[in-house]
Amino acid sequence: METLKELWTYYGQNGWYVWEEFYKHFLMCAYGVMFAAVIAIPVGIIIARYSRLSTWVLTLANIIQTIPALAMLALLMLVMGLGANTVVFSLFLYSLLPIIKNTYTGIRNVDNALLQSGRGMGMTKFQLLWMVELPLSLSVIMAGLRTALVVAIGIATVGTFIGGGGLGDIIVRGTNATNGTAIILAGAIPTALMAVIADILMGWLEKLLTPIKRKNLKHAEDPAS
Amino acid sequence: MLKFDNVTKIYEGGKKAVDKMNLEVEKGEFIVFIGPSGCGKTTTMKMINRLIEPSEGTIYINGEDIMKKDPVKLRRSIGYVIQQIGLFPHMTIRDNIALVPKLLKWPESERRARAEELLKLVHLPPEYLDRYPHELSGGQQQRIGVLRALAADPPLILMDEPFGALDPITRDSLQEEFKNLQQSLGKTIVFVTHDMDEAIQLADRIVIMRDGKLVQVGTPDEILRNPANDFVEEFIGKERLVQARPNIQTVEQIMNPAPVTISVDKSLSQAIELMKQRRVDTLLVVDDQQILQGYVDVEMIDQKRKKSYQVGEVMETEMYTVKKDTLLRHTVRRILKRGMKYVPVVDNDHRLAGIVTRANLVDVVYDSIWGEENPEMTGQQEG
Repeated sequence: METLKELWTYYGQNGWYVWEEFYKHFLMCAYGVMFAAVIAIPVGIIIARYSRLSTWVLTLANIIQTIPALAMLALLMLVMGLGANTVVFSLFLYSLLPIIKNTYTGIRNVDNALLQSGRGMGMTKFQLLWMVELPLSLSVIMAGLRTALVVAIGIATVGTFIGGGGLGDIIVRGTNATNGTAIILAGAIPTALMAVIADILMGWLEKLLTPIKRKNLKHAEDPAS
Repeated sequence: MLKFDNVTKIYEGGKKAVDKMNLEVEKGEFIVFIGPSGCGKTTTMKMINRLIEPSEGTIYINGEDIMKKDPVKLRRSIGYVIQQIGLFPHMTIRDNIALVPKLLKWPESERRARAEELLKLVHLPPEYLDRYPHELSGGQQQRIGVLRALAADPPLILMDEPFGALDPITRDSLQEEFKNLQQSLGKTIVFVTHDMDEAIQLADRIVIMRDGKLVQVGTPDEILRNPANDFVEEFIGKERLVQARPNIQTVEQIMNPAPVTISVDKSLSQAIELMKQRRVDTLLVVDDQQILQGYVDVEMIDQKRKKSYQVGEVMETEMYTVKKDTLLRHTVRRILKRGMKYVPVVDNDHRLAGIVTRANLVDVVYDSIWGEENPEMTGQQEG
């Protein structure tokens, strides 16, 4: 109870500051994932076409994923120095795998019969990609972005150690203070909340982009002739 | 229209799928490639729109070597229907039908008009245009698949076992519908199947293939009457050879020309009287010009005799009929497959000409077993 009251007081006194950090935290994640998408979606498309490349690319992305966040930041810091940019870059690296993997799976799972009929009707390779493969794998690609974003929100808290700012700042301050439970919570709760909201929003977007729409259930019940 | 000149296809690994094939297809012809799986029929078809490229030889469409054309343009000028239907699930029926016109950059309004026009050909209501493929039954989907191939009005259409995945009844009605459509539109069709019934029903000419070589090319009749060798004979099947007996060709030859009929304005008691007299359970209903209106059977009379009085009120108007000049083998197959008891025979004005019953079929089979000592047919209506 005491902690809750303290938490409340903290928000009362530092509301604007928490909001600023929240916003900064979100921006770092969003940039990281966005840059990753710009690279990873085309890469996913390419390795879906040339499946010999896929093992190499996916292994590389897997290796990146296994590096602990703290180690990654430390390594990048040596090259890029302190600050938010380094955090964004590491989030970019972590986001590559889920996005590449989902793009690859999404495109590989497009029904072969559709590709065949598309080609047989005279679609160019680009038209096939743009009119058939991408629309049909969009929701799977979105699922990749969703995973990437949620993971990024968690990892970004570590960014505080190289001066990246964000909600991690508040948490670390709490761990350093005596009886800082309330301050830890003040940082942790918004982080968790952000992850949950991002997950829900992206999930909704994913559903919206599902290619097979059930527009009007009434129609489907018509007697089939 | 279409010409194969010494076409050979050897796949990587040395498998010869098609071996020195020569064939010419006339404009407006319905040609069916048939053979056991792995005989090269699908490979042959896919070489026409360059989904597979021939290793040797040349294919000409209207005198032009297809290898000298841009494959994308070539494919847009040839309709293509596959067994898995392959409608795009994320596009409406309208967009699916108008896909090739879209690739050819027709203006939007023309594409819409074309989709509506085509949908009428298969008797589906225009609301279907805004639905998605998964909202349609399999038969409807393949109808759309066929329309999609017709969209840009290509003179040549390739069909790879298009009805293979449908249930027998749907397949049967779709085949008939499609054959009519083909004849009215005058398209050249190259059709691949492994179903001999389908080939006989649809083809103007059948090409029987085996191990990449042509075994026999000819009209269904020629092939049924003079199978080139044992392989063809076995492939056709004995029972079809029986059906193709040369002296019986059309329905008219075996039908009973005097079916028991009754006119629309007669009363039900007169109808039942007539049934008793002639020992039948069904009467065909005609008007005063002998035009077929429907039928009544004893069950219908029994159920409704309290409420109705005239034949015209109780008769069933939905019925399957055949034309006089329909080939017998089609009718036989239908009677047997659909379990019909009889089929009324009509002329071009829908005037009743006769009836084919199971008893008539017995005659045909009897004849083919016991020879032709007694060629005279004695038709009886058992209705």
